Amino acid sequence: MKKSFKSVAIILCAAVIMTLCLSGCGSSGEKTTIRVYNWGEYIADDVIEQFEEETGIRVEYDTYNDNESLYAKIKKAGSDSYDVIVPSDYMVKKMIDEDMLAPLNFDNIPNFENIDPQFKNLSFDPENMYSVPYLTDMVGILYNIDETGKELTGFKDLFDPAYARKVCMLDSIRDAIGLTLKMLGYSMNDTNPEHIAEARDMLLEQKPNVLAYGTDELAPKVMSGAAAMAMVYLGEGITAIEEQPENMRFVIPEEGTNRAIDNLVILKTSKNKDAAEQFINFMLRPEIAVKNSIETGYSTPNMAAKELLPDEIKNDPNRYPPAEILEKCEIYETLPADNTDFIDAWNMVKAK
Amino acid sequence: MKKSFAAYPYLVWAIIFIIAPLLLVAYYGLTVEMPDGSMVFSVENFYKFFSSPIFMAAFWRSIWMAALATIICLIIGYPVAYYLSGSIFKNKKLLLLLLVIPMWMNLLLRTYAWLILLDNAGLINTLIKALGFEPIEFLYHEYSIVFGMVYNFLPFMILPIHSVLVKMDNSLIEAAGDLGANKRKVFFKVTFPLSLPGVISGITMVFMPAVTTFAISDILSGRTIQLMGNIIEDQFLRSDNWNFGSTMSIILMVLIILSMVISSKYEKENEGGGLF
Repeated sequence: MKKSFKSVAIILCAAVIMTLCLSGCGSSGEKTTIRVYNWGEYIADDVIEQFEEETGIRVEYDTYNDNESLYAKIKKAGSDSYDVIVPSDYMVKKMIDEDMLAPLNFDNIPNFENIDPQFKNLSFDPENMYSVPYLTDMVGILYNIDETGKELTGFKDLFDPAYARKVCMLDSIRDAIGLTLKMLGYSMNDTNPEHIAEARDMLLEQKPNVLAYGTDELAPKVMSGAAAMAMVYLGEGITAIEEQPENMRFVIPEEGTNRAIDNLVILKTSKNKDAAEQFINFMLRPEIAVKNSIETGYSTPNMAAKELLPDEIKNDPNRYPPAEILEKCEIYETLPADNTDFIDAWNMVKAK
Repeated sequence: MKKSFAAYPYLVWAIIFIIAPLLLVAYYGLTVEMPDGSMVFSVENFYKFFSSPIFMAAFWRSIWMAALATIICLIIGYPVAYYLSGSIFKNKKLLLLLLVIPMWMNLLLRTYAWLILLDNAGLINTLIKALGFEPIEFLYHEYSIVFGMVYNFLPFMILPIHSVLVKMDNSLIEAAGDLGANKRKVFFKVTFPLSLPGVISGITMVFMPAVTTFAISDILSGRTIQLMGNIIEDQFLRSDNWNFGSTMSIILMVLIILSMVISSKYEKENEGGGLF
């Protein structure tokens, strides 16, 4: 007994010393660290390393899959949280309303002038005090033309009974319900409970078609042939076509879709605001922005970066859709804080 | 023996990592958040849960699937434990080790591996297609989840039964044989009743993780079939409703306590399986 206690004590001491040593090593050299929380597969590979090398600022990098989980995590995180996050339009508004974001000092972000004026001062941040657009996104349909046998055109195709157990749906509340509302002829921002219930019933009826709900794992399922079609974000569709051009197709639904603008913002709790602003400024540099846009497949709101794009990308109607498609698209508006209809409807669809 | 000094670390551990979180779960579970952000005592969330056919369906689905997985584990696991404790295998230690090795790997990895094998365009279906047959949809069904549970939790059934059987006094079996019982009778009258404590702790140890799992059902059903674990996960990670999530956690904990009370009645003063 005594002997084993002694050995346990020795192991414990060793463990304590090792952790002290490791944490000591981590903080030695007084390196500034910023914590960045971004969407999965939403940055070019070596951009972070390049930033670290240039500035000597260390970046801790994590990823998430949807705006709601980002919000749930940040809201409960308290003061020791991330510095830079990348919420979409409606989530930026919600976070501004709830006083979670820090106003940016644009003197530290001179590259903001590269941003296309049509992406400045948008409704979610009318005076453009808190947010800097990073990439823009649309939800579309990725499909395997060998499996469908024909070209798909609209969101309604995902509800066609001919595709039983062949469809993958985004597990994202606003996207899944929003696009269904759009298909029914309503606005994606409709908060009429009857219309939401109608969309919910459509989605419940669609369940026999659905093979899987998910986010980043859906495009691989279509590419491998496990499923025939999936709701995906633009970049995943573009990347899939690049990797498998023979049978992968991507289409923006003819009913219209959402136009998401994902923004770099700094949390109010950030203790390294200057370093975080340096990071944002770095991301707006044309060579960096163009790299991010090409590698992820999403469109850039950065004019200077767009100039650097090869012609075939600049003229790709999926990445930079013509005006007649954009007219039918909408930007998500923030739901009233007490609105639980969307969440309840989606929980019901999934739990059924 | 006096209270040992060495017991205090555990006491501190238990307070920080077990008692405090439980109290928090109880606090959130028994309150609701008012529009002004204050928490008010209420059992409204219990009502919300039990009156919703959809949540209740997930509740019964979780119990049913975990029970099925437990029964299958018992049917497969008992013979394995029995033969491993007997004398027909030479390298028993090695066989036991082989049983435990998969558990050195993370549950997520082990389960993802099945996705690669069994998906509609996975390795096995590629082979089936190459042989000229129609591919089979192995995943995205309820039985796929049960399969994942059995695969992941089978060792938890085998090990406690095995450790009881190993410790069993062999002279009892010899005595039964001397008194004229045939092998079948010896097993049902002597061996099996004596191994019951191991069986009971095996059942608890498979049922508990199976009824609360969310990773296995997420991966193997493509999130199309939701168990209690998935619904609770959604409340915390996406719906931002810790109160309702905690309420459902309490309901699940009560269920587990009930199953443990039932099993402890059988255990009496017998030493149970090894892992508890």
